Amino acid sequence: MKLAVTTTGKDMGAPFESRFGRAPGFIVYDLDNETFEAIDNSMNLNAVQGAGIQAAMNIVKSGATALITGHCGPKAFQVLSQAGIQIYNTEAQTVAQAIEFFVAGKLAPLQSPDVGGHW
Amino acid sequence: MKIAVASGKGGTGKTTVSLALALTAPGKVSLLDCDVEEPNGDIFLHLENIKEENVFVPVPHVDEQKCIRCGKCSEICQFNAIVFFKTPPMIFKELCHSCGGCSKVCPSSAIIEKDHKIGVVIAGNDKNIEFFQGKMDVGVAMAPPVIKKVLSKINDADFNVIDAPPGTSCSMISAVKDSDYTIIVTEPTPFGFNDMKIAVETVKKLSVDFGIIINKADTDYLETEKYCQDNKIEILMKIPNDVNIAKAYSKGTPLTEAMPEYKTKFVQLWSRINDKMGKK
Repeated sequence: MKLAVTTTGKDMGAPFESRFGRAPGFIVYDLDNETFEAIDNSMNLNAVQGAGIQAAMNIVKSGATALITGHCGPKAFQVLSQAGIQIYNTEAQTVAQAIEFFVAGKLAPLQSPDVGGHW
Repeated sequence: MKIAVASGKGGTGKTTVSLALALTAPGKVSLLDCDVEEPNGDIFLHLENIKEENVFVPVPHVDEQKCIRCGKCSEICQFNAIVFFKTPPMIFKELCHSCGGCSKVCPSSAIIEKDHKIGVVIAGNDKNIEFFQGKMDVGVAMAPPVIKKVLSKINDADFNVIDAPPGTSCSMISAVKDSDYTIIVTEPTPFGFNDMKIAVETVKKLSVDFGIIINKADTDYLETEKYCQDNKIEILMKIPNDVNIAKAYSKGTPLTEAMPEYKTKFVQLWSRINDKMGKK
């Protein structure tokens, strides 16, 4: 399975980003092949509205079936749920650490948005 | 004649000035409260014959039977209001700007536009003042359609005073752009001055003639006046920082009723603006 992690960088050692919609990018990690791909989300940094929705669409396109981020608002949650993507939140330092937490079973899936819009 | 009262910074005295203008107009007057996020002009009037009218905007609805799952509606939407991934598109109507693009590009006519209520226009009158007020529904983000509905009540034969929203974004521009004259109400503070300059630049770009009222004027902050002098901008009036004005406002009493000397000042202001318009 593929796992998307919000980040400000482009590799596994890059800092974890707690924002979802306005995260600069994602690392999509393939758990089966242990490979990763960096996805750009910078177009949403300055989006007037709907950054979470657009970012959620980028996650859907990446083929990831789970997302690890800091927080997730109501619209992004709605889109990701509709697409069947599980959302996990954490306070990891790096992308690699976030994935480590996931693999170790330390993260529980979000059942509802944990912040309001524009938090 | 249409006079807009704008400010840049909020809380400088737009409503105080708008009401004073409406109460001293040289003829039949409409007061149009376009501060649709937080309208309050009604508090100062004794309104009768109150009527309420809904404001709608068209937003898309998807007929899931007709939808061929092509995603074109989502591609054309510049406002991230339509999400598509192989299932019928999800629509976030609160983000929709009602451009109609999605229904135009849909190859299977699966998108129909339906009315979505975003606010109300309240109408009433207080003696010879016709009052119209826009009020957005809770959770609605887009003010311009509500403002446009309020402005549709303008009767060009009369005097019209438009109480604009603060700021210099789409909402303020919608309220100001078709006015014949705009009064920018400011206060002599660094914050008030900064926002006034942005409001001045905005009104200049809209090619609307304008002047300044400095409210709460007796401070030692002189940048506002200096800027107006340097840029040859007319200061129409200075209203002092008088606690009696604040007291009257807090009781819902208009300035011209609480302190009748302002009646004369605003009557003079009307004739000054009338002269300016006459010369054009």
